[in-house]
Amino acid sequence: MAKRTRQPGFKRNRNPVTWLLRHAQMSLSSLGRLSRSPLTTLMTATVIGIALALPSGLHLIVDNVRQLSSSWDGSASISLFLNQSVSDEQAEQVRATVAKRTDVAESRLISRSAALDEFRRLSGFGQAIELLDHNPLPPVVLVRPAATVQDADAVGRLAQELQAYREIDLAQVDLQWVERLGAITGTIERAVLILAALLAGAVLLIVGNTIRLEIQNRHSEIEIVKLVGGTDAFIRRPFLYEGLWYGLLGGAIALLLVLASLYLLDGPVERLAGLYESGFSLSVLDPLSLFGVLLGGPALGLTGAWLAVGRHLAEIQPE
Amino acid sequence: MIRFDNVAKRYATGHEGLSGVDLHLAPGEMAFITGHSGAGKSTLLKLIGLLERATRGQVWVNGRNLNKLSNRDVPYHRREVGMIFQDHRLLHDRTVFDNIALPLVVSGMGHAEVTRRVRAALDKVGLLKKEKVFPITLSGGEQQRVGIARALVSKPPVLLADEPTGNLDPDLSREIMELFMQFNQVGVTLLVATHDIDLVNRLGKRIISLRNGRIASDSGTDS
Ligand SMILES: Nc1ncnc2c1ncn2[C@@H]1O[C@H](COP(=O)(O)OP(=O)(O)OP(=O)(O)O)[C@@H](O)[C@H]1O
Ligand SMILES: [Mg+2]
Repeated sequence: MAKRTRQPGFKRNRNPVTWLLRHAQMSLSSLGRLSRSPLTTLMTATVIGIALALPSGLHLIVDNVRQLSSSWDGSASISLFLNQSVSDEQAEQVRATVAKRTDVAESRLISRSAALDEFRRLSGFGQAIELLDHNPLPPVVLVRPAATVQDADAVGRLAQELQAYREIDLAQVDLQWVERLGAITGTIERAVLILAALLAGAVLLIVGNTIRLEIQNRHSEIEIVKLVGGTDAFIRRPFLYEGLWYGLLGGAIALLLVLASLYLLDGPVERLAGLYESGFSLSVLDPLSLFGVLLGGPALGLTGAWLAVGRHLAEIQPE
Repeated sequence: MIRFDNVAKRYATGHEGLSGVDLHLAPGEMAFITGHSGAGKSTLLKLIGLLERATRGQVWVNGRNLNKLSNRDVPYHRREVGMIFQDHRLLHDRTVFDNIALPLVVSGMGHAEVTRRVRAALDKVGLLKKEKVFPITLSGGEQQRVGIARALVSKPPVLLADEPTGNLDPDLSREIMELFMQFNQVGVTLLVATHDIDLVNRLGKRIISLRNGRIASDSGTDS
């Protein structure tokens, strides 16, 4: 039987206090290294900042547009199509009943003959209509909801209540404008998400490439540190911290850019809102984007550095 | 302290830098490695410092079989083996003090202890007044002594030197060798590769002579 000899182990430093202390020192010395070439650092951080600011700024705009459209009461109206058997006099009574509701601001009756005239004028089927021996169109009551009925949901609820009236066949909410806007913002939201993913990839590449160059520049230093017994973790650390700092700086710059844009947009938006007698004003950065920028930046920086270090550090071996 | 059992090193090119080397160095022993250019002197030292790994046979250092050390263990092994090179391998953007402190810093030693040890190492190589200067302002012999101080500052049990006097004049060479003899007297195991046969003959230490990757003569086993 072969004799089994155990290798004597190496002493490893596992004191958490010195470990923390070394990390603190390392993070500061990485920051110091970056501050020794301020222009390069600032340029890289700004590129990262712009890449982070773009999606969060767009997200902010979409968010505001959505808020704007949901508080927009001017465009919503409800068309009440009455029963065929309802006469014009009865239709007027229905209109009067509806008009008394507190959640209705205004109502207007389009009588059967008026509806036919309008159809004749607008549809281009005038001749075909002549052939009919009776008017096929029902009377219509147009309703504008009161200001208290603010969003699309409330308008929908009002329409449902109105449709319950015996004389009313169909209550159709005319929300086309708002709905279209909703669809557009939904699409843009999706586009912003895709853009954010692409730009996150760009940040990874920027940081990764910066760190790769840094590793190349410090090639001989890495070699010598390996020679005197520096572990991979020890050699990796300053580069990871550098990536982290780049991400943090980039995040801060992104925040500044977004806030500056908000400030610049605030005046014109207020004027616009004034024109439409809307109490709308730009909302500030929502917590999601805020954390996205302030945590996403460093996380991307660290990841980018990690990728670069993983790829390039092992290639450097002392001879 | 150092043992080679039938060790060979075949490089990626297919060339054998070392073939069938058996060698044993007791703790505290000092030996010189000589031989023609390309004989395998550097290769032998690289195997001990794990800059290269043996392709055949076993290398033992300080009670450990190097073949069995994982890459994760290599840094810890190197902390027990001080290495000195002909081209010094100093960091030119760091002061003499910081260069010498490097092995202590990578092992996580505290600031006060680092300062104390670096000063002691500087004292041993006679460069106490130069701690704040940059290596580029030093002469070749002084730079070599910085390299030596860096190798011994962590008090490794083994010191390797690859042609440490290659670029130095005879007086400086002798000084460096005498420095090594002093370290050896306090128990450090030393292996020095050199071309300077006249000098090593006068020092009266064990001489291992390589030829084409094999041991041609070994005064330690001849006698
Ligand atoms: N990385 C390498 N790849 C391929 N062959 C190598 C490598 N390093 C060394 N060799 C070869 O191995 C042999 C021994 O080289 P080594 O460097 O050990 O010689 P040496 O005795 O130190 O020579 P010198 O006195 O010139 O420094 C030489 O033939 C050399 O060409
Ligand atoms: Mg050599």
